[in-house]
Amino acid sequence: MTTHATTSTGTHEPDAVASARTPQPYTNPYLAGIGLGLVLLAAFVIMGRGLGASGAFSTLVSVGVATAAPQHAAGNAFYGAYLATEGNPLKDWLLFEVIGVFAGGFLSGVLAGRIKRTTEKGPRISVRGRLTFAFLGGGMMGFGAKLARGCTSGQALTGGALLNVGSWAFMMCVFAGAYALAYVMRRQWQ
Amino acid sequence: MNAPFFKYGLFNDEVSLIVAVLIGIGFGFFLERAGFGNARKLAAQFYFTDMTVLKVMFTAIVTAMLGVYFLSVIGFVDLSLVYLTPTNLLPQVAGGLLLGFGFVIGGYCPGTSCVSAATGRTDGWVFLLGIFVWIFAFGEMFPLLESFYNSTPMGQQTLAQLTGLPYGLLVFAVVVMALGAFAAAEWGEKVMAARKGGKA
Repeated sequence: MTTHATTSTGTHEPDAVASARTPQPYTNPYLAGIGLGLVLLAAFVIMGRGLGASGAFSTLVSVGVATAAPQHAAGNAFYGAYLATEGNPLKDWLLFEVIGVFAGGFLSGVLAGRIKRTTEKGPRISVRGRLTFAFLGGGMMGFGAKLARGCTSGQALTGGALLNVGSWAFMMCVFAGAYALAYVMRRQWQ
Repeated sequence: MNAPFFKYGLFNDEVSLIVAVLIGIGFGFFLERAGFGNARKLAAQFYFTDMTVLKVMFTAIVTAMLGVYFLSVIGFVDLSLVYLTPTNLLPQVAGGLLLGFGFVIGGYCPGTSCVSAATGRTDGWVFLLGIFVWIFAFGEMFPLLESFYNSTPMGQQTLAQLTGLPYGLLVFAVVVMALGAFAAAEWGEKVMAARKGGKA
C-alpha cells in the first residue's frame, strides 16, 4: 500500500532499481501504533493472551540445558517451568509467535527496501564498540526481563493495555532507567 | 460466539500455533513499519530528538485497551479469561530499571532485536546473543534469585482493583494521559529540531 503511495507522489519516476535500493520512509508512528494495537487486540480476542518475546528465548535456553544436562535442568525451577508442558516443550505458543515476528519483520523490510547488512550506530563509535554495547545491553535485557516476568512486549504492551499494576510500574522503570543512562551513552548514538 | 475463542474451545493447540505465527507476523510487520528494526531510531527517544517509541507504544496500548474495554462491556470478551501476569512489585521494578539500562546501552528490546536481526542488522544478532547468554545466567543463578523473584507478591492485580476506581474511568484517564504525552512529544521534537538547526 505504502509502496504505491510513495512512488506515485514522489518526484522520481517509479523505477524498479531505484525503489529496491532506496529505503522508504517509516510509517507514521500513530498509524503503526494502531496497527500494533489491533494485532495485540486480536491476540486478546482470539487467544486470551497478549504478545511476548523474551519467553520464547527462555524456552530455547531451557530446552538447550535439558538436552545437554537433563538432570541439572530437572533440578532447577526456572528451566522446569518452561519444560513442564505436556509433550514437546518446543511446541510453545510464544516460540511460534517469535518465529512469526522474524517473518513479519523481514516481510515489511523487503516491501520497504529496508533489508541491509549493516550495524546501526552513531558516527562517533566504532562497529566493534557498538557490538560490545549491543551484547552488554542484550544481556541486561535478558536478565531484567526474567526478573520482571516479561519484557516490553509481554509487560509494557500487553500488561499496559490490560491495566496490569506490575506492568505499569515496570514500564515507568524502563523509561526511568533508559533516561538515567542516556547522557552517559550519548557517544554511541549521537 | 464468545471470546477469547481459544478459551471457549473453538480450536485446538495445534491450530493455536498457526495463530501464533500469524499474530507474530503482524507484530513483526508493524514493529518494522514503525522503524523499530533500527537501534538509532529507538535510542533517539532517550535524547528527545525522535519520540517515535513513545508515540507507537502508547497508541498501541490505547488502541488495544479501548478495544478490550468495549468488547468486555458489551459482553463479547470475558476478561477473566484473558491472562494477566501476576504482580511482584520489587523484582518488576528492578527488572524494569535493568531493561531501561539495557535499552539505551544495547539499542533494542527483545522483540525489536528480532526485527533488527531479520532485516540484516549485525547489532540485532549480537543483541540476541546477549539475551541468550544472560537468560542462561539467570537460569543458573535462579536458586539464589528465587526468593527475590517471588518477593512482594500482589497476585493478579489491575489498576482498577488496586485503586477501587471504575475500569472505565481509568481507561479514560490513560487516554487523556496518552493525548497529553503525544502533544508533549510533538512539541519536544520541534524544540529539539529548532535547537539543532540553530547550531548548524
